[in-house]
Amino acid sequence: MKAKRFVTNTLCHILLAILSIIWVLPIFYVILTSFRAEGGSYKSYIWPRGFTLDNYLNLFRPTSQIDFFRWFTNTFVIAVISTIIAAFFVLSVSYCMSRLRFKMRKPFMNIALILGMFPGFMSMIAVYYILKGLGFLETGTLKQVALILVYSGGAGLGFYMAKGFFDTIPKTIDEAAYIDGATKWQTFIHVTIPMSKPIITYTLITTFMGPWVDYIFAKVIMGNDTKYYTIAIGLWTMLEKEYVEYFYTQFYAGCVLISIPIAILFLITQRCYVEGLSGAVKG
Amino acid sequence: MGVFQKKKLKSTSLKPSEAGIGEAIAKGNAVTKLSLIVFGLGNILNKQIGRGLVFLAAEIVYFYYMISFGFGAIGNFITLGTKEQGQTYNEALGIYEYTAGDNSMLFLLYGVITIILTLAAIGLACMSAKSAYCTQFRKEKGMHIPTFKDDILSVREENLHTAMLSLPILGIIIFTIVPLVFMILIAFTSYDHEHQPPGNLFGWVGLDNFKAMLGQGSKLAATFWPVLQWTLIWAVVATFSCFILGLILALLINRKGTRFKGFWRFMFVLSVAVPQFVSLLSMRTIFNANGPVNVILRQLGIIGMTESVPFFTDPTLAKITIICINLWIGIPFTMLSTTGILQNIPADLYEAARIDGASAPVIFRKITLPYIVFVMTPNLITSFTGNINNFNVIFLLSGGGPDTLDYYYAGKTDLLVTWLYRLTITQKDYNLGAVIGILVFIILATLSLLTYRHTGSYKDEGAFQ
Repeated sequence: MKAKRFVTNTLCHILLAILSIIWVLPIFYVILTSFRAEGGSYKSYIWPRGFTLDNYLNLFRPTSQIDFFRWFTNTFVIAVISTIIAAFFVLSVSYCMSRLRFKMRKPFMNIALILGMFPGFMSMIAVYYILKGLGFLETGTLKQVALILVYSGGAGLGFYMAKGFFDTIPKTIDEAAYIDGATKWQTFIHVTIPMSKPIITYTLITTFMGPWVDYIFAKVIMGNDTKYYTIAIGLWTMLEKEYVEYFYTQFYAGCVLISIPIAILFLITQRCYVEGLSGAVKG
Repeated sequence: MGVFQKKKLKSTSLKPSEAGIGEAIAKGNAVTKLSLIVFGLGNILNKQIGRGLVFLAAEIVYFYYMISFGFGAIGNFITLGTKEQGQTYNEALGIYEYTAGDNSMLFLLYGVITIILTLAAIGLACMSAKSAYCTQFRKEKGMHIPTFKDDILSVREENLHTAMLSLPILGIIIFTIVPLVFMILIAFTSYDHEHQPPGNLFGWVGLDNFKAMLGQGSKLAATFWPVLQWTLIWAVVATFSCFILGLILALLINRKGTRFKGFWRFMFVLSVAVPQFVSLLSMRTIFNANGPVNVILRQLGIIGMTESVPFFTDPTLAKITIICINLWIGIPFTMLSTTGILQNIPADLYEAARIDGASAPVIFRKITLPYIVFVMTPNLITSFTGNINNFNVIFLLSGGGPDTLDYYYAGKTDLLVTWLYRLTITQKDYNLGAVIGILVFIILATLSLLTYRHTGSYKDEGAFQ
């Protein structure tokens, strides 16, 4: 019996080890290549002949086509502003849907459900023309404003997660506040918000990460305005046929650089996500 | 003190303000009925000057818009433009000059905006009548008529939802609803690469695009059905393979005998933490014809030194490669979410089973699996719909390729959404793109109606309140 258990345990550990190697190898390869000294794109060997930090340093020496640092700042500013707007939208909509009772509540929730079923890319072209009609695509800075509007404008529809969280806060807490003379607005600000830290962090971080990983909308709106690119379009450009020979290793360096902060944020969100799912009041 | 004030205000304001528009017209007096046409009349006559003037101002703005622009826009919306861009010979300069024609695209857009504004105006008319009825009701009963100040202060209390929802809803209307209505309408026009404004006009064609897409014989239909088939296969395979294998992985890590649980979990979570487009783009280079995988295969002597495995260029192999790479991305996700669920299964269930003498496989089949399936079903549905619309994986890995001449601008691994992207962005066949969008919507809506509404969280959302 004991011997049998030992064999299964060993087999399980070996299997896990093999699997985790498969999962980590690609990441390892990305990091390895980002330190490769030899330029050019694909090589006929895996292990670099020499190592260098130049790939990282070159990212911060802007050239006419590649300006990593600028892209980074662009994305950061866009992400921060759209996060503030979007988080405000999401939290107010979900609070209304969860706590307030009014006539349009159910219809609104059903409409949100229906709207969510259309593929997002379908309306992309129309959004593009609306922004163009409003004059948002004239200069690069305006395009950035347009991008912020696109990322945050429709955010109110993504209220389901936060609504689910608010639903778990017992109504009696609200009622206690009403009895003490608080208005509904005061209850929201002073009672509900302080109790909702995990879900607020979750909302903030997920919306913050959006602009870092969105390629399509940014590309459609920015066109060829390299100066105003966000990170995602910038990195994609590095892999285009005319650039790949020069920027292949730098592409990997860029990937590593932006993966680190995003990975950290992700690990924080992960914890909040679990807490958010399990509700506000622990049994 | 505050309590009593509030109670009093509520009891007076609640009843009449909840009256529907039908009741307001049926029971309202002449002034109330007139308020349907002259916004705010009932309020102004009853000393609610502020509220009445706001209604009236909104009406004036609407009619000013309609007379100066709106009626023309509706007319243009019906025809979608009649005057084509032309050339006239300018004798003084000796060149041909373009005379501006009608722009069908803008006509359509302005038409949609005008229609939505008109709907808003109708809504406003109803609100005005209801507000007038409410005031009339209170006057008859001798109750307090709220002043403008009361109205403004009410947003902190019973009208909080108007204040909190107005901006988000405005955003949703501008960035989701107007574009969506616009695109849905485009599905019924001839707005393709041959009819590009401002040079050309496009017009209404009814259901022709749908017929071409779904009918037999045309090249479009010959593309649509295989792409749809692959989309469904992909969604089923991607969803269930990730779910089952992820579940097995989670069980493997959570087994009693497994040591270093945190370490194993970390190894797999690492790949989730990397931004998806980074991992997908890296995967694309890794499986490239000259990428590291082919290099390894060459060095191991499995393939010749100049050969390469066509990971993304052979139709069948490309599909398999994409599904495998998707496993690499999806399994850790399932592992993460099922781990939480596994730890939440009440321990007494297991204990009871063990006392009854159940073996490990029986416990798994009778307790663990049903529990996970029960909790994960909504999750499975969302990931299935997510996979039907999984743009990133296909677009960043294979770009839909390998391309084929049998299809209408689609590749062998294109999903409906990536085909939609190609048709609109590269090919400029906006009407066909819109048709695909609507068809995807129909597929998803049927699916969700069948399943989503039956989930517990939708039915009794107040269970924990």
